[in-house]
Amino acid sequence: MAFAAFGSASPTKDSGNKRKGGPIVLALLLPGLIYLALFFMTPLVNLVVTSLESPDPTGAIGAYFYDFNIGNYATVVSSYMPQILRSFGYAFAATLFALAISYPVAYYIGVKLRSRPLLQRLMLTLVIAPFFISFLLRTIAWKQLLSDNSGFVSLLHATGILGQTQFFIGSDAAVIFGLTYNFIPFMTLPLFTNLERLDVRLLEAASDLYASPRKVFSRVTLPLSMPGIISGTLLTFIPIAGDYVNASRDFLGSSKTSMIGTMVEADYLQNWNYPSASAMSVLLMGVILVLVTAYVRRSGTEDLL
Amino acid sequence: MAAQANVSGADLELIDVRKDFPGFTALDDMDLHIPAGQFFALLGPSGCGKTTTLRIVAGLETPTQGQVLLGGKDITASKPHERPVNTVFQSYALFPHMSVLDNIAFGLRQRKIADYEKLAKDALNLVELGHLGDRRPQQLSGGQQQRVALARALVNRPSLLLLDEPLGALDLKLRRQMQIELKAIQLEVGLTFLHVTHDQEEAMDMADIVAVMNKGRIEQMGAPEVLYDRPKTAFVSKFLGQSNLFIGEVTSSNPSSVSIEVGGNKITVDKKRAEKHTGRIAIGVRPEKADFHETKPKLGADHVVIGPGEIIDIRFTGVSNQYLIEIPGVGEVIVFAQNIGKSPEIELGAKVWVSFKVEHAYGLADLPDGTEEN
Repeated sequence: MAFAAFGSASPTKDSGNKRKGGPIVLALLLPGLIYLALFFMTPLVNLVVTSLESPDPTGAIGAYFYDFNIGNYATVVSSYMPQILRSFGYAFAATLFALAISYPVAYYIGVKLRSRPLLQRLMLTLVIAPFFISFLLRTIAWKQLLSDNSGFVSLLHATGILGQTQFFIGSDAAVIFGLTYNFIPFMTLPLFTNLERLDVRLLEAASDLYASPRKVFSRVTLPLSMPGIISGTLLTFIPIAGDYVNASRDFLGSSKTSMIGTMVEADYLQNWNYPSASAMSVLLMGVILVLVTAYVRRSGTEDLL
Repeated sequence: MAAQANVSGADLELIDVRKDFPGFTALDDMDLHIPAGQFFALLGPSGCGKTTTLRIVAGLETPTQGQVLLGGKDITASKPHERPVNTVFQSYALFPHMSVLDNIAFGLRQRKIADYEKLAKDALNLVELGHLGDRRPQQLSGGQQQRVALARALVNRPSLLLLDEPLGALDLKLRRQMQIELKAIQLEVGLTFLHVTHDQEEAMDMADIVAVMNKGRIEQMGAPEVLYDRPKTAFVSKFLGQSNLFIGEVTSSNPSSVSIEVGGNKITVDKKRAEKHTGRIAIGVRPEKADFHETKPKLGADHVVIGPGEIIDIRFTGVSNQYLIEIPGVGEVIVFAQNIGKSPEIELGAKVWVSFKVEHAYGLADLPDGTEEN
């Protein structure tokens, strides 16, 4: 899905009239086309078809028949509105936090550490290092570290940030923390790739032209790093909106933090309500596509991408 | 532009400026004074410290010690954006995310000058690119980008304009054209220009004063014609144009002249044109000031005659012929003869004597690198 978003972000105008449809080109494309047809188009069509099914008249649990039941979408929207809003709220917050944390880190590694390539590579490895351990394990580890009888929670109790009957795990903050933590490398890496190529001579030129350090950042550094920011925010926002692990009761969430993903999982695996789960998935995909398109259009960085 | 034409530059002074980088000294206790309104060139090979000097003046580099004064005011501790100094960078450093006009207006807008749009357009017209204001810098040619960079700096009317080899990336023809334009603009706006370059022709052609730098120091400073006529060190005599250098022990000296002996030849220099009057010294003469003769010429004491030697190479360069003459005990001597239709008909291997006027010779303060003192 992320790649589809990138595809729409950089329209290739001349691809239509310059097409050379030789047999070799076709042969080279075939494996990719077959792969997409089998593993992308087929499930997608299946998903849309399932989302329109109606319950079997016999009332058997998990039995549905092919139909054109648009009502599934209305049901999903009306009954899962809090989860939908929460999903995008969490995704928005976690993306912002990830950006706020990643930007200085990426700037430091990509710009400040240029003169020390060894240290630069080491720092970059540290950013990716958490990936070597399954994110499920790491999230469970955080659950332990932030559990109700942990030092962290005692500290929150002692300082009065949390009341004596309130705990961290299961709160919105815990889920947003987990989402930020788990997806932050997807923000840092595109930012780093962009800032690594930042021409510092342009920053010198700006300060030579009476721009204070703050102005140099807002007028030159930030606009030039927009492509990195766009890629990073898309790569974090999209998967976060569909995440169901962090918000789940087994990890950092509670029944009050359920997201769209949580509901899809519940409908599919526990309630066997396949049309509802499918409708929710299609809806999530649609909303993300609309948001991403509007975002890329508005940021107006087409010529920098 | 004309409305502000009475704005003039400020004088720049570097006092005892030193810059150490880990492992080497880029600038070694440099003193420099550039009077207001002058076109000043810092000339030297790469790594001589000229760009470091420029960056220190711009505030992009902090000197290890010393002071930078602009118009009498100490700006050593000022940040780059606080200095009334603008730079035309070697790479041009135009902002790729802005139009040409926005690039030029950048400095004006940072200083919140209300009239920025008109001033930027005027500056763009000054460099004759008025029709390209909406383009992105990437869409312009190298020469056009260079002019935009110049306009972007000039539009701010800085007290001092720094030029960091801005013509280096241009081809020869365009470079000559830009040199003329740049000089014309400097005369028109009357700013102080500090131009850093490794191109000696460019420096001599454009600058009022040239300072030749070597290894973090200024070797010699002066008007281009003075530097060319009387280089004081071996480095300057070799870096600015070509030189024939003769090295020998001083054998005779009188109140007006000093003579050395090289391979049985007596070479004399005016005392007031010699930096050193005793011991082992180097005397130089420019190739175009030397002549050669097929018979030993009978010339008075106001001439130096050396030879005989053998012509080992002849080069035709258009305006002049260049002859390389090997003289036993002296070494190779270059002689330029102007191509004015009466150049001597001479062939390789011919036996010739070289002569030049004593008043054209100059005595150096040091010996060329690789010549051991003994």
